[in-house]
Amino acid sequence: MVLTLSDKDRSMLNGEHGPAARMALSIVVRMAEVVGANELLDITAAHIDSTVYIGDAGLEFAERMAGMGARVCVPTTLNVSGLDEYHWQEWAVPRQWAAQAHRQMLAYQSMGTTPTWTCAPYQLEVRPSFGQQIAWGESNAIAFANSVLGARTERYPDLFDICCAISGRAPATGLHLTQNRRGQLLFRMDRGISQELQQADDFFPVLGNLIGKQTLDKIPVIAGLRVTPTEDQLKAFCAAAASSGGVALFHMVGITPEAMTLDDAFQGSPPDRSISIDMASLRLSRQQLTHGPQDKLDLVVLGSPHFSLAEFKHLAPLLTGRHVHPDVKFLVTSSRFMSGLARQEGLLQVLENFGGELTVDTCILTSPMLPAQIKNLMTNSAKFAYYVPGMLGKNITFGSLQDCVNSACTGKIIRDETLWED
Amino acid sequence: MGRLVLTGKTVIKGVASARLLVSHEPLSFWGGYDWQTGEITDRQHDLSGQFANGKILAIPFTRGSSTTTAMLLEAIRNGTAPAAILTTGTDFFFALASVVADELYASPLPLISLSEEEFGKLRSGDHVEITALGELFVNGS
Repeated sequence: MVLTLSDKDRSMLNGEHGPAARMALSIVVRMAEVVGANELLDITAAHIDSTVYIGDAGLEFAERMAGMGARVCVPTTLNVSGLDEYHWQEWAVPRQWAAQAHRQMLAYQSMGTTPTWTCAPYQLEVRPSFGQQIAWGESNAIAFANSVLGARTERYPDLFDICCAISGRAPATGLHLTQNRRGQLLFRMDRGISQELQQADDFFPVLGNLIGKQTLDKIPVIAGLRVTPTEDQLKAFCAAAASSGGVALFHMVGITPEAMTLDDAFQGSPPDRSISIDMASLRLSRQQLTHGPQDKLDLVVLGSPHFSLAEFKHLAPLLTGRHVHPDVKFLVTSSRFMSGLARQEGLLQVLENFGGELTVDTCILTSPMLPAQIKNLMTNSAKFAYYVPGMLGKNITFGSLQDCVNSACTGKIIRDETLWED
Repeated sequence: MGRLVLTGKTVIKGVASARLLVSHEPLSFWGGYDWQTGEITDRQHDLSGQFANGKILAIPFTRGSSTTTAMLLEAIRNGTAPAAILTTGTDFFFALASVVADELYASPLPLISLSEEEFGKLRSGDHVEITALGELFVNGS
């Protein structure tokens, strides 16, 4: 297949739009050739995951682009950075590392982007609309934008998202095209899964982890749910399924916009395969999210992906009148925008009175902020639970929001098993 | 096992000669690959604890995080990347790391995609030589 370029593409590749646009588009074009696209398409928004500082190569790339005068040509939000820009000193972040991470933040900010520093950009004021062609990085955000909002992005990696934002172009392939958005695998919910469990806040992370593992890189369709999940439940599902698998798009029949019916979800074709989800498989999935001994607790982490206003509201009554155990830290990670709204509503005060802490702009998984003595973690996020053992080398227990609060108050891990039992 | 010659699709051109490390389970490099050492650190993965630096890594495709590319790029710069990667499809995340490494450091990482049937013939410990034409000479261990 031969890639057809527009006149503007050719002038950009000739350097007529500056050296940064030339390098950005040449990377887009080389990748379009790798995936066999026959043309590029215009994108109208971008979300940049390349902001996360990892090491010198990523920083060199950012500063090379910035140094060549790179400017984004579409509205562009930024994912988490390596540090909470104004509060990192309160944590164990090494000074030299922070300086590098901060340089990377400044490089991406200099390109005309909006410094949102969040992994939940779909909960900002402006978000992509149905059918909009976008170039998003960050696996949970990609899954949410495609599946819940019906916008169209491929599963774009770091470094590519920014090339699309600078050039305004992306290969016309994959999930940008209607025919590639057809569901492939059908997951049917067994009748034995109670409605009460499906309403519980720890249900969708566990379901997402299970479906991600079984789906891998296919497009799953979930049928037979007895509840309508909230946006935050869908967020938890996305984060889970995009961690244990490569899920970039899913359909929930009667819930997500491209799946009003089973037939819509599969675009009129039969599923490639049908899989039944039962209590046994859910229990196993829940079990996989806990790693290591559960006799001690040092830290509870909420907000992976970043806590929303609705989640702050849900948490507040669970904290009121209680206090975190003196041996436990209780941390909520969120964005500047969401925590600003929570502050206005007095919800941060509730967290503070409880003895909890807040961090913004970053993610515990991408920032070396935890001191070594913190070894035993608990979370309500399947994504966080999935990554902790490998990335932080620490023990992790997965539980519901209420389990996390109860454990933080008593200093011991407590999980309510009622809804998960036979 | 004797000698095998496999022909894959060259995603990113290059030569390599090293021992194989094979898994049929996809892997995320973010949270799954320590770029400073080359250790596979996903504790739910069957290659957990193995080192892929300097080896030819065969995994069907990447899963999870969109930061896999950035991790592989760091590993390439640091000299702790696999010598080449074999997959069953065209893996965008790996290919991009290789393209950017070429732009920044003029050192692309060879990437070959094999059919599932041919991928199934690979065994950890086999010695593989990848030629510039995308041919794989596999010598059983």
